[in-house]
Amino acid sequence: MSERPTKPPESIQPDDAAKKKETASWRQSLLLPALAVLTGLIIGGIVIVVSGGNPFQAYGALFAGSFGTPSDFFAGLQVYFATGESHDLIRSLYPFTESLVASTPYIFAALSVAIGFRCGLFNIGAEGQVLMGALGSAYVGYSLTGLPAYIHLPLALLGGVAAGGVWGMIPGYLKARFGAHEVVNTMMLNWIAFKLSDWLLNGPMKSGFRPVTPNVLPTAELPRFFADPLRFNWGFVLALLVAWAVYWLLFKTTLGFEIRSVGANPDAAKYSGMNVTRNFVFVLALAGGLAGLAGSAQVLGVDHWVGQGFSAGYGYDAIALALLGKSHPLGVVLSALLFGFLRSGATSMQSMAGIPIDIISIIQGLVVVFVAAPAIIRWIYRINIDTTGDTVLTRGWGR
Amino acid sequence: MANVLELHGVTKRFPGVLANDHIDIALKEGHILALLGENGAGKTTLMNILYGLYKPDEGRIIVHGEEVDIHGPNDAIARGIGMVHQHFMLIPVMTVIENVMLGVEPTVNGIFLDKARVAARIREISEQFGLDVDPDSYIKDLPVGIQQRVEIIKVLYRNANILILDEPTAVLTPQEVDGLFQILHTLIEKGKSIIFITHKLKEVMAVADEITVLRGGRVAGSVLPQEASLEKLATLMVGRDVNLVVMKKTAAPTDVVLEVQDLYVRDERENLTVQGVSFEVRKGEVLGIAGVQGNGQTELVYALTGLSEPVSGQINLMGKPVRHGRPREILERGVAHIPEDRQKHGLILSFPIHDNMMLCTYYQPPFARGITLQQKVILDNATELVKQFDVRTPSIYVPASSLSGGNQQKVIVAREFSRPIELLIASQPTRGLDVGSIEYIHNRIIEKRDEGTGVLLVSSELDEIIALSDRIAVMYHGQIMAIVPAAQATKEDLGLLMAGIQPESARAA
Repeated sequence: MSERPTKPPESIQPDDAAKKKETASWRQSLLLPALAVLTGLIIGGIVIVVSGGNPFQAYGALFAGSFGTPSDFFAGLQVYFATGESHDLIRSLYPFTESLVASTPYIFAALSVAIGFRCGLFNIGAEGQVLMGALGSAYVGYSLTGLPAYIHLPLALLGGVAAGGVWGMIPGYLKARFGAHEVVNTMMLNWIAFKLSDWLLNGPMKSGFRPVTPNVLPTAELPRFFADPLRFNWGFVLALLVAWAVYWLLFKTTLGFEIRSVGANPDAAKYSGMNVTRNFVFVLALAGGLAGLAGSAQVLGVDHWVGQGFSAGYGYDAIALALLGKSHPLGVVLSALLFGFLRSGATSMQSMAGIPIDIISIIQGLVVVFVAAPAIIRWIYRINIDTTGDTVLTRGWGR
Repeated sequence: MANVLELHGVTKRFPGVLANDHIDIALKEGHILALLGENGAGKTTLMNILYGLYKPDEGRIIVHGEEVDIHGPNDAIARGIGMVHQHFMLIPVMTVIENVMLGVEPTVNGIFLDKARVAARIREISEQFGLDVDPDSYIKDLPVGIQQRVEIIKVLYRNANILILDEPTAVLTPQEVDGLFQILHTLIEKGKSIIFITHKLKEVMAVADEITVLRGGRVAGSVLPQEASLEKLATLMVGRDVNLVVMKKTAAPTDVVLEVQDLYVRDERENLTVQGVSFEVRKGEVLGIAGVQGNGQTELVYALTGLSEPVSGQINLMGKPVRHGRPREILERGVAHIPEDRQKHGLILSFPIHDNMMLCTYYQPPFARGITLQQKVILDNATELVKQFDVRTPSIYVPASSLSGGNQQKVIVAREFSRPIELLIASQPTRGLDVGSIEYIHNRIIEKRDEGTGVLLVSSELDEIIALSDRIAVMYHGQIMAIVPAAQATKEDLGLLMAGIQPESARAA
């Protein structure tokens, strides 16, 4: 070697090598989660075998339950072209659209946790924020009457954002003002939200004899694309739009630059004149609003009312999803879709192949373990992955 | 004399980098071998190989005539190789005894710690090598120089006869450095052998029996100190001729840019570390603040740049008072800050170069229009600055963490110098940098001074202070001992001031 090895080349243009490296790192960041999912499915299959099932049958049913059956689709297509009757065709889309419906609240809630991670904050409170958002939207949805849909629906959504946002802002303020750790406070606010909703559903917001809210008015509903029983609605589109907006905010604006700077190095953020604590409040409020939208979309697009036990753990699954999606809006959408499809296919897996739904929780759990401990995946598949410049998710307990 | 340690053709590759390329070195018994090299020359890699932390890809290691494989620190210690790290591995709230016995705790009846035996050994070692350390004192009460001796005792306690010292003088006053050199001479008199790692040329000349210079992962040359000169060593180290003296005209100071009156600052642990400091900096001059690390300089700079809020006192910029604790306001009034800890404050390591190049002005035009970042402007700016400030990087898209220390510092300098400034606050601007980068940054600072910027230079490197400053203030225990014109300052007087002694009174005594 005649060159001096430790000095990098002097080129400063975005040359081919740098570009190649960039695409390579992109591929790497997709490779790891993909392998994590694959490994989760394989180990899930082993668990199915051990418990006496047939994994191929089970995963076949899972696929049919989440995507639908191609033969049904083509049969429906034939009927439609022969008779103009679309019922069978739409029916065949049911599993696929239900999966998208199931993914919708996951997308919102996971964006909430992800934007927190980007700012170095660990938002465990998405669960409570989802619930508050649902209640806020439901209240605006049933109590305001006589409004046209184009006013009522945005107001109802806003109600959810505001309720969730306040629920996120409280721990944000407590952290900024008193240095109280957001993990503790968001978690505690979850409990307050549960109990508050119990009281509201049994008191001020109760309708009739059961502890549920009244139905929201049709003017506040997120419109559906198809006739019943397909529940696929604009909520999913809204989720994708919001994911894009979060991406834009994080990576294309000065606000996002601040958020990411505070998350990556709060000392340097302070040095450069950023207001670190104001970012904490802003981001947790925003995260609360995003989680609130998960509740809103579910209420206004799917359920149309809120009852006890409304949020089926969306806020907690969202933590796993944000990790799986590397806190990037695109990754978050992809992982939310994965969880949505797994959840929605699980039911038919149980009915068609007799495999308990819990196996899906096992697979989800394994995927999260593998994503959180990438060394396992690297070891299994013998791959070297460059970890420099990795996103800092959240920092130590005491700060 | 026999060689106690030989390396033959030791090679270590990392992905994309050849860190050590067929390195041959030999350490004779009772000698001090200085290993001189810039950052990134492969010194640390080589020592980590010797200490068993890395496995060499090629080459042989021979200890006391026997070829060995070193499998880890414990193995290295068992073969008599001991390491004194640059950053001390001591527990402040424990005593010397406890720190020394940590990891090899002798016991009575298998349960109780046998501190008495350890204390006796420490006294014995301390006596034998003239270390003068009290085994019962707590680490936190000891000055840095003594703490370093505790590190040396730790190594000797484990019966090392080959000592590796990694940049041992970085944290010492000139007087403490002399003390250390005396200890090193005692050590070799008693038969120990030493590898002394450093990038400071003068120290090498003062203490080494042999000098091996590393450059770019290879041995650039081996010389004897009596045959070497500073210039020759610098050239070997950098690979080209280096100008060791900063060329500068006499200063032409004009208006006062920074005026500090009676400033009191607390540190994070609420200790009052700056106690009533007053000074002023004029346009077109460099005021150097000398002092051993930890005498309040850090907190002083934090207060001046808004990173912390002083307890009391007044700071005026261009004649107008500054509201305390507002980094952005201070920044916008034309203050540039090269922070002491570039990885903590100066850079966001996980961010690409181009984002670090606009870290302080990201919200202003042309980098932002409204709230949207102007990506093209940001990239063009970085491309331009990288060229202008000679930052060695494969592209502007790589994270700052992938650059060497010198190039990281250049990114900061480029960013801070590229906006209009009235005052430059440079804190330890060349810490840990190689000779080439130091030369570059020194020249840039003087250039700024000549353009009429006021410069406040804080450094614990006395040579740097003397080379750059027009006036020198010495800080000790949170106070300014004296402010003297650089032309009249001698290294000896400054060294005494740094130790809290007024030179006149010392002479009188």
